[in-house]
Amino acid sequence: MHRHTLPGVLLALTAFAVPAQANKDVLDRSADPNQWVIQTGDYANQRYSKLDQINRDNVKNLKVAWTFSTGVLRGHEGAPLVVGDVMYVHTPFPNIVYALDLKNDGKILWKYEPKQDPSVIPVMCCDTVYRGVAHADGTIYLHQADTTLVALDAATGKEKWKVVNGDPKKGETNTATVLPVKDKVIVGISGAEFGVRGSVTAYDAKTGKQVWRAYTLGPDNETLFDPEKTMSLGKPVGKDSSLKTWTGDQWKIGGGSAWGWYSYDPETNLFYYGTANPSTWNPVQRASADGKPIDQKWTMSIIARDADTGVARWAYQMTPFDEWDYDGINEMILADIDVKGQKRKALVHFDRNGLGYTLDRVTGELLVAEKYDPAVNWTSGVVMDKNSPQYGRPQVVKQYSTFQTGQDKNTKGVCPAALGTKDQQPAAFSPRTNLFYVPTNHVCMDYEPFRVSYTAGQPYVGATLSMFPAPGSHGGMGNFIAWDAGQGKIAWSKPEQFSVWSGALATAGGVVFYGTLEGYIKAVDEKDGKDLFKFKTPSGIIGNVMTYTHGGKQYVAVLSGVGGRAGIGLAAGLTNPTDGLGAVGGYAGLRDYTALGGTLTVFTLP
Amino acid sequence: MGLLVKQIGFVLVLLAALTALAISQTVAQTEKKEAAQTDKKEKDGKWETADGTPTYNIGSDGTVDWYTFSGFRRYHSECHVCHGPDGEGSSYAPGLIQSLKTMSYADFMAVVASGREVIRADKQSKMPALGDNPNVMCYIDDIYVYLKARADGVLPRGRPAKRIEKPATAEQTEKACFGAR
Repeated sequence: MHRHTLPGVLLALTAFAVPAQANKDVLDRSADPNQWVIQTGDYANQRYSKLDQINRDNVKNLKVAWTFSTGVLRGHEGAPLVVGDVMYVHTPFPNIVYALDLKNDGKILWKYEPKQDPSVIPVMCCDTVYRGVAHADGTIYLHQADTTLVALDAATGKEKWKVVNGDPKKGETNTATVLPVKDKVIVGISGAEFGVRGSVTAYDAKTGKQVWRAYTLGPDNETLFDPEKTMSLGKPVGKDSSLKTWTGDQWKIGGGSAWGWYSYDPETNLFYYGTANPSTWNPVQRASADGKPIDQKWTMSIIARDADTGVARWAYQMTPFDEWDYDGINEMILADIDVKGQKRKALVHFDRNGLGYTLDRVTGELLVAEKYDPAVNWTSGVVMDKNSPQYGRPQVVKQYSTFQTGQDKNTKGVCPAALGTKDQQPAAFSPRTNLFYVPTNHVCMDYEPFRVSYTAGQPYVGATLSMFPAPGSHGGMGNFIAWDAGQGKIAWSKPEQFSVWSGALATAGGVVFYGTLEGYIKAVDEKDGKDLFKFKTPSGIIGNVMTYTHGGKQYVAVLSGVGGRAGIGLAAGLTNPTDGLGAVGGYAGLRDYTALGGTLTVFTLP
Repeated sequence: MGLLVKQIGFVLVLLAALTALAISQTVAQTEKKEAAQTDKKEKDGKWETADGTPTYNIGSDGTVDWYTFSGFRRYHSECHVCHGPDGEGSSYAPGLIQSLKTMSYADFMAVVASGREVIRADKQSKMPALGDNPNVMCYIDDIYVYLKARADGVLPRGRPAKRIEKPATAEQTEKACFGAR
């Protein structure tokens, strides 16, 4: 590995010599339920709060405590943070950060507004969303749309340092939050619809100096895959595990960006994330020289890397040779649960491809892979027999293979749609019920791939899609479900008219919260999903619900502001191939229910 | 590339000539639309109005010409991630079926090729310059006639059910356009 040069080793030694305060700070504060200091709530991405003042019996009495307009109208993903007496609120482009004084009715302590070239706007595939800042060791980390990473003094909003991670002129942008681990900040990149070459990069938390970068695609010394030590499905990946699964130089514009949520396990020092689709969306253009499907590693994969070195410990590719845009970037939730009668250190992941995966997070062993929406039809399932040459691979149903149907031909009725059974909207896990609470889409599609040519910084898509609510179902476009990841079974499913595009929150009060695209925040019973409370906020919710205390009182907060990928199709409403057959919800567009607006709404008991 | 540059140059000349015309355009929208559809002519499966503006053709049984169908496909690859399905708009970019009710062919070409920017306190939007993108520019007339048919209210949402087969000239033009790069 070319990065293991002498200065690199010295840097690593220095890092060891200085106590890794940021790690301890995040660990301590995220263990304190009164605060919410990183977007995912904790390193395990459980989105579970030990707070129980608001419970199943009294949640119906929730009232709005205060509100705050962000002054920005685009899609608002992510959530505010609370650190001590201060709340930090971020916005989509232009990526403003506000520090609000909780002791003084949310008075603005400071505001930071970066100057960014607006030409980054159209290079972002699906609205200029931003999934939020992170706090560690007195610093707020802001990763702007134009890929500038900024460290701000949490007390004053003054810049400590900044560094540029990518080039928007090549289609490289950012929408994700960062992961502060030990003395580093780990960041990803967006742009698989523009033919970027995806990567994760670690910067020194104190100085902004780049420590390592690991590409999704390319030679081993750039992907930081060790041919002998990096494992996949129980075997070493071998030499050039990425390169040999690509035709020619296509990997150089092959996508596999890393724009999702990252989790971290302090016990193993591994961080976990997923990689996006290969570029283009036309699988025929990505086939092998003899016209066969070829894996395009390590796109569409779950990857576990060492947080200090970036070297991959294990990887698992969920959708080899993607034919539907099923990015693998959704969150990896770490939980110790019973899997088929055995206690496991598990990683649970709800993929865009409609399968809920449970893996051993230490070894990468595949434990469960089952459909978490019965509508999923592109695969007959994943081969779990370790002796099969197809072990770990999803079996593609010919009728729904856009590759086998071919380019310039329309493959009809594929479920899920490219949006996935779930997109980035994160699920929650409650150790009280051992269930995962998952916001989902219930949408299918027709998909017609065709030839496109690559131009740097221009869309590189190559497919036409039509989307519609899952046929033969309840007519709505979403469900909010509870999932048993040990068994791979849906515990209960609650239909929603629109896709549920908001992150869930589970609490010790027995209440699970989520938002809807019409703008409702809903509180449901952890046992059966029964509605306990709902309130319509000023705009559709694609943000994540969070909770904290101030002055001894529990609050629940959420950002409203419709947009994001949901704002592309759902604003206008989806078409329905069975027009006239009475699917009630499917026709209605989101614009009949809500309009743009970035607002924070904070709730508490009277 | 040469062909793209020529196309853009042509657009700019057209733009100058048509600016004055554009002002009175909204007044007689409906009559114009009908006149355009009755006076149009066809060459090798490609339709244009009397003044030479590309247009769509939809048969009485709903069969669309190749270019309108091609425009549907290309639109949903290149444009729909911002402008929404079927030109209906999204929560952050305008619905082009509204825009093309009043926007001329020349203005459309100019905005697509050169881009447009609106940065205000309440709104930041940026149409990128797509003049260098062959996936767009080699099919720009197709995308225009598709959106025009949608704007005129004569083509429903979704994939056109029936279409004319791809004419040989479309194949040749496509090859020449990509080859010119």
